[in-house]
Formats: sequence, C-alpha cells, structure tokens
Amino acid sequence: MYSEKVMDHFQNPRNVGEIENASGVGTVGNAKCGDIMRIYLDIDENGIIRDCKFKTFGCGAAVATSSMATELVKGKSIQEAMEVTNKAVMEALDGLPPVKVHCSLLAEEAIHAALWDYAEKHHIKIEGLQKPKSDIHEGEEDEQEEY
Amino acid sequence: MKRLIYLDNAATTRTAPEVAEAMLPYFTEYYGNASSIYSLGRESKEAMTKARASIAGLLGAKENEIYFTAGGSEADNWALKATAEAYASKGRHIITTKIEHHAILHTCQYLEKQGFEVTYLDVDEFGVVKLSELEKAIRPDTILISVMFANNEIGTLQPIKEIGEIAHKNGILFHTDAVQAFGQVPIQVDEMHIDMLSSSGHKINGPKGIGFLYIRKGIKIQSFIHGGAQERKRRAGTENIPGIVGYGKAAELAAEQMEEKAKRETELRDYLISRILKEVPYARLNGHPKKRLPNNVNFSFQFVEGESMLIMLDMEGICASSGSACTSGSLDPSHVLLAIGLPHEIAHGSLRLTLSGETTKEDIDDTVDAIKKIVEKLRSMSPLYEDFVRRNQ
Repeated sequence: MYSEKVMDHFQNPRNVGEIENASGVGTVGNAKCGDIMRIYLDIDENGIIRDCKFKTFGCGAAVATSSMATELVKGKSIQEAMEVTNKAVMEALDGLPPVKVHCSLLAEEAIHAALWDYAEKHHIKIEGLQKPKSDIHEGEEDEQEEY
Repeated sequence: MKRLIYLDNAATTRTAPEVAEAMLPYFTEYYGNASSIYSLGRESKEAMTKARASIAGLLGAKENEIYFTAGGSEADNWALKATAEAYASKGRHIITTKIEHHAILHTCQYLEKQGFEVTYLDVDEFGVVKLSELEKAIRPDTILISVMFANNEIGTLQPIKEIGEIAHKNGILFHTDAVQAFGQVPIQVDEMHIDMLSSSGHKINGPKGIGFLYIRKGIKIQSFIHGGAQERKRRAGTENIPGIVGYGKAAELAAEQMEEKAKRETELRDYLISRILKEVPYARLNGHPKKRLPNNVNFSFQFVEGESMLIMLDMEGICASSGSACTSGSLDPSHVLLAIGLPHEIAHGSLRLTLSGETTKEDIDDTVDAIKKIVEKLRSMSPLYEDFVRRNQ
C-alpha cells in the first residue's frame, strides 16, 4: 500500500521532536479525524530555516509526510519553504495512496501554520501566506456512500 | 523473516489441516454435481448431507433448517431483505443495534430507502444492548429484530436468549448475526428463541466462501438467489461441495473442542488483558471485561493512532487490526467504538487482538513486549501526548 520511501520515513522518521523557544510553531488537523501535526521552526535572522522538528498523531502516511516536509524545508529560506506544497511532499515520497492524500495537505498546512506563527511574532508579512485553517478537514466534502 | 504471530482471528482463521484434507477429494475425485442422478453426484449429495447434520447438531437445529450461502454477508442480506419483503404487509419496522456489522447496517440503510423504518438501538459502555430500550422500541408494525450474537470488534456477547424472549412475546421474528459466535460459544436456537441465524465458515477454521443461514421451519421468506432447486428451492446455484464439506468438518471440530478451546483462550485472553492494564499506561479495555468472546481483546491506547500501531506490529511479525479511520478508508473511526461512547481520538487508537487455538503464552508475551515498545515510541512522537504531559507538569 505504501511506497518504500513512505515506509522508510515512517520507520525512521527524520526530525522528530520539539524546539524550545521556536521561531514559529504550527499545529493543524484534528483528533476527530485521526491526524494532528505540529511543526516547529527555528529561523535565523536572515530568514533561513536553521532547524525544523515535528510531532504527529496519525497514520503511517501522516508520520511520513511530516518527516519528509521537515526534510524539504530545512536549510531553506522562507520563500523556498513556501514552495514546499503537498504535491512536492507527495512526489518526494514516490506517491501516496488516494485515501492518504489529505495527509500531505496536512503537512503543507502545518508548515504554513508554523510560518504564520513566525510572521505574527515578528510582525512581518510573508508573500503568498494566508492564515491557516485551524482544521484541515473543514470544507472537505463527505463522500456519499452508495447502498 | 520473523516468526509470525497471528492475532487477527476475528478477520479470518487458518483453515484447519483436517478441514483442508476433508475438502480435497471433492475437487478432483468426487467432483460430481449434487443434483445429478448417477453415483458420482450422489457422493457429493451424501457429503453435503453429512456436513449439514454436523452444523445443525451444533445449533440444536434440524438439518432442513440450514441453508448454505456464499458467506455471512449473504446470509445477513438474505435474512433482512427477504423478511422485509415477506412481511411488508404486516409492518415496515425493523429493530437492530448501532454496533452491527456493515452487512446488517448497510442492508438496513438500503431497506430504509425502500420505505422501511429502522430503529438502531444504543448500547451501554460495554457494548451490551439495553433490554428496556428494546422493549420500548417495539411497535405494532415491528416485523423483525436483528441483534448480533457477539460483536466482531469488541467481542461483547449479547443477552440473546432474553432478546429472543422479548421478540417472541411480541410476535416478532428474531435474527442474529452469529458470524463471530458460531462454533466459539454454545448456541441453541430453540432455547434462545432464534428464528434466523447467519454464520460464516472461515471464522472457525473452515474455508472462505461458505456460510449458512439458519431459517426456522415455518418461516416464510423467499428465495434470495433464484434459479435451480438447490437448498429446498430457497438458494439456487450448484452447491459449493468442497466448501460445504470443509465447513461441516470445521463444525465437527468446533463441537469437539469448544469447551476446552474456550477455557484455554479465556485464560490467555485474561492474561493478555491483565498484562496490558498493568504495564501500559493510559490503556483502556473496550468491551465487557467478562461477557466477551473467549478470544477477543480490544484496547485503546490514548495519544496514539491505530494504523501506525498496526504497521509497527507488522514489522515485528504480529498481525492485528484496528478500528481507526485509516484502516477503514474514511475519516471516521469505528462505529462500534463510537457507540460505546469513546471520543474520536481514543477510538482512533484502538487495537484488536483475536486469539486462536494455536496461540501460545509466548506469543502473548512477545506481543505485549512489542506493544509496550511501539506505544512508547508513538507517544514520543505524539503532539497529543506532549500536550498531556505539559498540562500535568
């Protein structure tokens, strides 16, 4: 069901943990749907992401997408981090099963939420960044089951 | 590869070697159609009669009350749809529970679209149907009560005899989905006032693709599959003779071993439960502590998610299952765990372990050791656990 890369990032997740006094922290998802992702960013004075850590409650894909997302933004500038989309995370993991695509959206959203927190704390505006939704599943339509 | 520890016997079981052996001649040697007149066909017919007798014997039923189907889901569909159709002129109300298998729930939802009304009874925190609520739900137009014998996820056994009494006192038919219970716990259809009962072969070390519906003599429900005259014209289609023979053998073995097997499994089950409760913090046993299937254990581990646990257990060679959303393909966790009152995030962290006659104490010990390690690892990654620790500092 999962690609080798997904399994690798699930079994050996990169950058698990917390950052004390982080520049920005973002938490997205909800326990109701079974996934919560929290991303910590340490951003230096030049706007470079020095370090990135995560904690995730969720399935194998949720853990793997969090892990990959942290890898993709580490060492990048804020603008480069903004380009880490859910598609980029999925591609880096050699794809996800269709029912797990929402996990990659959650990863993108978690990075954005952490950047939003950073921007608010530093009273800056990040181009293209919108206030994150508190719940990634809001607005997602329920699939109607057929009987 | 690591030693395999198979603890998902509620999903399916290993076909017993005796069962496979009993089936084999009916593929290549006695392959005749049971409807044929010549002796090769008669061999098949006799084998089927013998199997039917073994199964009927285990239920205290008559042979001509056992109708073979392709499995439990077909039996459930047949019982509900055919009863609804046959008794629609009497009434259009059906009573069932919120914790039934989807073969019942989705059939009920289908019937609702056909104009029937269905009451889905709540259950208590252990997953037991409240008899007073059942009595309150009965209406003059109620035609059927369908309550599962034992729950597939949390193993809770229902007060079937009492439910049957209530049904019959009110002149209502009583069906039970006994897919998890048949061959595991004693069932007597007369004593328990059961009119219809569904069952499946592969849950009791029989083959897949075979099941039956018990229909009490005198109940007028129509054929579900139309065609030839098989199964007393009520379920057409050339009989799955190897499957039927295998199922008969499995029922025979179950009858012989039930008492001893249940005693052994209950001991191992309770040992597994007590070790987890003692050694894993923030674990909750789901289902009734005693009134449950001898082989069923279901826990929720707070702050962790079920699918992650399953993948990590699989890496240790342990097969289990979960009621988490991620294993169901939807965002909602198991309807059974929600019905017993679990909050979503705790329902997502559920783990079901179902033992077999082959499970050993060593298997249980290795599994508990693995669970401890896995839950600890996942909690160390969990933002819910981080928040919990912070709140309690």
